[in-house]
Amino acid sequence: MTLETVLLVAAALFSVGLYGAISQQVVVMVMMGLELMVNGVILAAGAFWWFLSPEPTGQVLLLVIIAAMTVEMAMGFAVATLGHRARGSDMTDTATELKE
Amino acid sequence: MTVIGDILFWLVGAVAVLSGAAVFWVNSMARATYALAISFVAVGLQLLLLDQAYLGIITILMMVMEMAVMAVYMIMYMGMNPALMPMSMVHDKRLSRAIAIATFGLLAAGIVLTPWPSGSPLQVDDVTLALGEALMGSKMLAMIVLSPVMVATIVAGVSLSLPRGRYDRYGDDLQRRRADDPQPGGVGR
Repeated sequence: MTLETVLLVAAALFSVGLYGAISQQVVVMVMMGLELMVNGVILAAGAFWWFLSPEPTGQVLLLVIIAAMTVEMAMGFAVATLGHRARGSDMTDTATELKE
Repeated sequence: MTVIGDILFWLVGAVAVLSGAAVFWVNSMARATYALAISFVAVGLQLLLLDQAYLGIITILMMVMEMAVMAVYMIMYMGMNPALMPMSMVHDKRLSRAIAIATFGLLAAGIVLTPWPSGSPLQVDDVTLALGEALMGSKMLAMIVLSPVMVATIVAGVSLSLPRGRYDRYGDDLQRRRADDPQPGGVGR
């Protein structure tokens, strides 16, 4: 286990999540893709801290990323609820007015 | 890192990536949720391998609960038994796949070609204690910022998902004397 190998696994997770975030039509599935991307970022941050950080306080960054993921999840569900109530569906293609 | 540690790392890493890919490959949402939960648990185990006992356990516990919530949402919104209904709801599948592969190639090239500083892994006696001391000491600003963000998330989440807010009940100027509720009654009325 080296820094490079952990980062490669993290990059694979990020790319798989990116595929999901771009390709999926259901809001909850898009959120799953975003979660996978953040998952990769968590792993990469953990690896950077473990292999490169000169001091133990660097792991606070991981806590911030995990908190960001929680916020993304909560707000995503709230928006999905709002969209479902307004339109009766949770597909991204029906929420095109968000662009305007 | 011992040989067993290396084998464990590759095994858990493969599980994390493959179950992450399975999220978009299996044909029902319930299975996708389980696959994502497995991927998160695998990443949590990798954090444990990196000696982050506290953050690894937090990731595993939080994500298992989060996936349980996600499964409930899917059943609510899809209006069907998600474990039994095969489905495929994607657009631009080939383009998305090409972008994802190109991104991985770019990241992998950067990772392999960057001359990372060589150093032995960090030696800390108690990682969890170090995190606690950092949060309550030199890095307290992170905690101070995170707390209001969490409160704001709760408030924003509730106000976004409310079916009827106070403007529906008391009018746009909030001047209506009696609340306009579909079901009259309630405490004090």
